[in-house]
Amino acid sequence: MIHSYDVVIVGAGGAGLRAAVEIPKEYSCAVISKVFPPRSHTGTAQGGVCAALSNMEEDSWENHVFDTVKGSDYLGDQDSIEVMCKDAIRAIIELEHMGMPFSRNEEGKIAQRYFGGHTKPADQNDPYGKRIPVKRSCYSADRTGHVMLHTLFENTIKNQVTFFSEYFVTDLLMENGVCKGVVAFDIANLEVHIFKAKAVMFATGGYGRVFRITSNAHVGTGDGMALVYNAGLPLEDMEFFQFHPTGLWKLGILVSEAARGEGGILKNKDGERFMARYAPTVMDLAPRDMVSRSIINEIREGRGIRGSDGTDYVLLDVSHLGKEVIDEKLPEITGFARTYLGVEPTKEPIPIQPTAHYAMGGIPTNVNCEVLLNEKGDIVKGLYAAGECACVSVHGANRLGTNSLLDLVVFGRRGGKAISEYLKTAKFLEVDESAAKKTNEFISWLFSSNGNEKISDIRTELQNAMMENCGVFRTEEGLKKMIDKLEELKKRYRNISLQDKSKVFNTELVEAIELENLLKNAEATVYGAYQRQESRGAHSREDFPKRDDNSWMKHTFAFQKFESSPELKYKPVVVTKYQPMERKY
Amino acid sequence: MDIQLKILRFNPEKDKQPYFQDFNLKNVSDDWRLLDVLHEIKWNYDGTLTFRRSCAHGICGSDGMKINGRNRLACSLLLKDINTKKPITIEPLPALPIIKDLVVDMTNFFDKYEVVKPYLINNSPPPPDGERLQSNEDAEKLFESAKCILCACCTTSCPSTWTNENYIGPAALVKAYRFIYDTRDEGADERMDILDTPDGIWRCHTIFNCVEACPKEINITWHISQLKKKISSREY
Ligand SMILES: Cc1cc2nc3c(=O)[nH]c(=O)nc-3n(C[C@H](O)[C@H](O)[C@H](O)COP(=O)(O)OP(=O)(O)OC[C@H]3O[C@@H](n4cnc5c(N)ncnc54)[C@H](O)[C@@H]3O)c2cc1C
Ligand code: FES
Repeated sequence: MIHSYDVVIVGAGGAGLRAAVEIPKEYSCAVISKVFPPRSHTGTAQGGVCAALSNMEEDSWENHVFDTVKGSDYLGDQDSIEVMCKDAIRAIIELEHMGMPFSRNEEGKIAQRYFGGHTKPADQNDPYGKRIPVKRSCYSADRTGHVMLHTLFENTIKNQVTFFSEYFVTDLLMENGVCKGVVAFDIANLEVHIFKAKAVMFATGGYGRVFRITSNAHVGTGDGMALVYNAGLPLEDMEFFQFHPTGLWKLGILVSEAARGEGGILKNKDGERFMARYAPTVMDLAPRDMVSRSIINEIREGRGIRGSDGTDYVLLDVSHLGKEVIDEKLPEITGFARTYLGVEPTKEPIPIQPTAHYAMGGIPTNVNCEVLLNEKGDIVKGLYAAGECACVSVHGANRLGTNSLLDLVVFGRRGGKAISEYLKTAKFLEVDESAAKKTNEFISWLFSSNGNEKISDIRTELQNAMMENCGVFRTEEGLKKMIDKLEELKKRYRNISLQDKSKVFNTELVEAIELENLLKNAEATVYGAYQRQESRGAHSREDFPKRDDNSWMKHTFAFQKFESSPELKYKPVVVTKYQPMERKY
Repeated sequence: MDIQLKILRFNPEKDKQPYFQDFNLKNVSDDWRLLDVLHEIKWNYDGTLTFRRSCAHGICGSDGMKINGRNRLACSLLLKDINTKKPITIEPLPALPIIKDLVVDMTNFFDKYEVVKPYLINNSPPPPDGERLQSNEDAEKLFESAKCILCACCTTSCPSTWTNENYIGPAALVKAYRFIYDTRDEGADERMDILDTPDGIWRCHTIFNCVEACPKEINITWHISQLKKKISSREY
């Protein structure tokens, strides 16, 4: 079956929905999502979305730019960061106008709180001197992502956007470097649908499920990135994967930085506030990469706590904040500790460990969300990406908390605008039924393949190996091991078989395709990490502990080579105002 | 510990009727979520077992199902919190057509949600360079209703829904509350017109099943009763 839409948006999280709201009524627009839109992962975001509104204290978007550049460990492109932070104020006000319910300050304006890495100069006259935390994160208790996702979904209903929910996109259609549509199947009945489009946007989210301990939803398998990579297009900076310091021990479920923003502190087994040693000025509110490394360090040096299953954790203490603050500002996350670990956060500390959280890398784009064809900056006509699946790059080597939700609405809108502009002159390209061939063949292969490998075994081994060899700390030896493991798993994947041969709502088949995508994303991640012989942001090489600005102020572009390892090319970082400095907090 | 389960199975390609299938699992830990149990079966024993899930911590609303007779989220319920001495029964949410096993067709549920105009209605231009003001007290009045994750546990637990499939149901009513009580919204009248109809709010007979079913602990009946009062005292 062939559908025609001026624009097809793949993904109904914050980025996809924000883009959909922006497409003018005169153009036909379809949003495809593998889950119902309000099930998208954006809904799990807790802590906040930042903008220098100055509602609680003096702040400026320039402060926000500086923090984001520094937080990115100077890998973020400074021109893009400027675009995002400048537009942040308008973007948040716009969300409020759309109906998003925010917590409020005494004047009735949007309330703001502290968040890791967001600072301002202690002395106005010394802009680059000592910095102190600033209240920049706008929030709605600890359900910011949930209400943001719902608000955007509500606005798409108001605008009567067409949805194809529980449709799984499997293929990107290209002709001579121009995008002309996508292929998807309806999960309910496995019918393959071809979507012919003048413009396509990917807003398919991250791939945290490549790691064993992760805050990401089961559907976070980076499908969009893998599809783009399969189409011969590059993936950028995939070696930068953020581990959030505070995941619930064993489960990885996130305990938002808001807990520390409100005054929660990290403690080791001796009850010591250990962050005072690693980041004397901002302590527990240091950026995530630093806090995660500090935690692992404490554990390695014997100051962690050994859990019943032999794994280690440290403690996040919010009990001193009092029941009232906890119930009003952190109800959801403290509820998680109660439900899943049986811990009462008003009385006792919460066991936590770093959890794989956010992909800084992804599909390379420019500030208008146009997908890049190569490291030279040429673009693919008609193809756009926004949100976590994209790499603009505003987060560089390490994203600051609350900058992702911001990224979604700023770049979702910019992408929507750029598409609307493109549609003024764009034409449909020829697409016929043969476009479904690849997807049909893959599905038939999955049904007929009768090897003895299980999907869950391959996935678990991948997740364990990534955790061990490509996690918070990396070494050449570990990454080599990971590469061998990956090649083994890719071979074994050819030998999988499905037990479920039915055409109705076949989630085993969906998991098999998602696993293939995880393997692709792991490939780009591991090879990038292996090549990058320095430590920067979330990429921490124990054998190269220093940042190396002479050789590595550049973005990795990984191209899939199918029968061999990916080809890696590099693109220089855009530096405008801020020369790299040592990153101390 | 060892557990026994009875899971309702249905594959329309081969089954005429849904039926219960027994599973026995050994050496599971009591801190497992019911979702972990389902994954254990799917990933290690029976790949055909079908259910929806995503976030695995009670925020996306995917895995509402009937567990030991009560609608809950499989990801928010631990084995230690239910009776495991008897076989655990797991069925799809009631009152919606079964697509396969624990997956139900949610179309009717989402249609009802759309009926109440679930979006801010405000035709006055907002302040040109700032937010609309709202006191924190007024904002917090919305938070409980805004917590709703559209999992359908409430609506499908309601006897009024079972007897009349056109009844708009508790989830849609909570959504209506979310906007009618928003100081920024101007659509209260339109929405109350919709609620004040035969299949609207008056089919709620305050049975409280919804409150018990809600995994987000929203006091749904309280929200509905506020709406009822507001509608009854309307002046035309
Ligand atoms: C627990 C948690 C808490 C967080 N808290 C914060 C926070 O407080 N502040 C902040 O700024 N950031 C936070 N983040 C990060 C932020 O929430 C995410 O980066 C962001 O929501 C991603 O949004 P997205 O729109 O890019 O993608 P998602 O919301 O992940 O949506 C992806 C969409 O793509 C669709 N899709 C994917 N693959 C396919 C396919 N093959 N076919 C069809 N559809 C497909 C999915 O169905 C979905 O609709 C948090 C992240 C996590 C995990
Ligand atoms: S899987 Fe998201 S609510 Fe249970």
